[in-house]
Amino acid sequence: MSISIQNLTHIYMEGTPFESVAIKDVNLEIQDGEFIGLIGHTGSGKSTLIQHLNGLLRPTSGTIFIDGTDIFKKDMNMQTLRQQVGLVFQYPEYQLFEETVYKDIAFGPKNLHLSEDEIDRRIRESMELVGLDFAEVKDRSPFELSGGQRRRVAIAGVLAMKPKVLILDEPAAGLDPRGKNEILSQIKLLHEEYNLTIILVSHSMEDIAKLVDRIVVMNKGSVALTGKPSEVFAQSKLLEEIGLDIPHIAKLMHGLKERGMDVPEDIYTIEEAKKVILQLKKGEYNA
Amino acid sequence: METIVKIRDVHFEYMNFEEQEIAALDGVDLDVQKGEFIVIIGHNGSGKSTLAKHINALLQPSRGTVWIKGMDASDEENLWNIRQTAGMVFQNPDNQLVATIVEEDVAFGPENLGIPSTEIRKRVDSALAAVGMSEFSDAAPHFLSGGQKQRVAIAGVLAMKPDIIVLDEPTAMLDPSGRQEVLNTVKYLNKHEGITVIHITHFMEEAVDADRVVVMEDGKVILEGTPREVFEQVDLLKEIGLDVPQVTELAHELRCEGLDIPPDVLTVEEMVDALCQ
Repeated sequence: MSISIQNLTHIYMEGTPFESVAIKDVNLEIQDGEFIGLIGHTGSGKSTLIQHLNGLLRPTSGTIFIDGTDIFKKDMNMQTLRQQVGLVFQYPEYQLFEETVYKDIAFGPKNLHLSEDEIDRRIRESMELVGLDFAEVKDRSPFELSGGQRRRVAIAGVLAMKPKVLILDEPAAGLDPRGKNEILSQIKLLHEEYNLTIILVSHSMEDIAKLVDRIVVMNKGSVALTGKPSEVFAQSKLLEEIGLDIPHIAKLMHGLKERGMDVPEDIYTIEEAKKVILQLKKGEYNA
Repeated sequence: METIVKIRDVHFEYMNFEEQEIAALDGVDLDVQKGEFIVIIGHNGSGKSTLAKHINALLQPSRGTVWIKGMDASDEENLWNIRQTAGMVFQNPDNQLVATIVEEDVAFGPENLGIPSTEIRKRVDSALAAVGMSEFSDAAPHFLSGGQKQRVAIAGVLAMKPDIIVLDEPTAMLDPSGRQEVLNTVKYLNKHEGITVIHITHFMEEAVDADRVVVMEDGKVILEGTPREVFEQVDLLKEIGLDVPQVTELAHELRCEGLDIPPDVLTVEEMVDALCQ
């Protein structure tokens, strides 16, 4: 599904002493099947922005078109919208409430009034998508699972709604390195195999660098920068001004460049850096 | 050097939901010297948090002994002394603050010790100053950022005048700037107030400046040493599912290709120097 955000502004508690402008005149086009990384530090407006995408918040002005439909028009069916645009909040495992994993994942589809068979099919499918063993886990209480497993149950609950757009707010926060890698590679799989449009909100430049097609950087309620990871990380000065960290490898490349080494500036992964440095060093030996 | 924490052959088991006995700690030995900055790493379920909870007697070993400043932690008579000696800070900033105003929250511990109010005032002021939160003393905690809340939680521990602070993933739920705030605070307390710090984390970058890094796996200490000594073991760490700092990994990869780069590179600056030699 394509998303077109047009002149979107949101002011919290407008007209009171607590009035604060969270996002200001945001314009953004997201193509069907794109994988977007949304970064920006706390208070930059990321969360406010994503809560508009499935209609949890209404804008003060401006609007959003999803597949050409204005989602804030008067007769918009919000239930359909929320089924199509799945939102996984930060620490979604705190939202689990049912007695068993099966019932928890079933909660959303049940509210769509689907048949028992269809619900069962969706639960099996979404558990497989997040790497949970159906037979082993379905009857267990969500509360006896590990933190990483609980988070997968929560994500499976959103996937069981068969969304076309999946928005995840810091899906790897608080997990250990192994848990983090597992969750992120499953998200990547969802994008590659099911062609979901994905918006991943994260503080980790390293994680974003590895996954996304395009990065959107937010600062003070506006889009400060957007482009391919290599383009965005090349703007290290601007990112530093905003107070964002760039991947260490990108930092290394800038450092080498400053010392007069001839390295490209758009490199941000260990594999690429290894290749470039080896080539350079071999050149030195031969010279 | 005074050994302030002495852990000998400590075992701890718990029951899982299928009523099987799981060994969370399986014979841990660890000494911590007064004034040391220790970072404990290891993935979820490796026993880090269980070990931390033994240091202020929240848990008791099933076998083995923990001494804190010479006090046997399994002796109930020592319980309150130990908890005052070793304070704990936990992961979730929203679960640790109890009062509606910052300074009242910091005062909560000393008030329960029955300390005179003039002394409490002094302790609260100096604790808030030490974590850089003096200007927020009248603020309501829910208006603070995650990093600020964690600093208030640390101030609450400081007001108890502890010798040791144990921090169990205090930065896991924070954004990069909050993480930096908390880490700077902890480093300051270690350097300038002489507090012994035991810091548990998944962020390898936070381990780079520690005096010593301890790696746990399956309830055991499998590796310990200076950050350089530990992160040199790139293959071992990767095998047990841990990260190493990105530049350390790159240095390792380049060494495997035959480049002459020191194995113990930890920071971007060191790597730049190594490559520009």
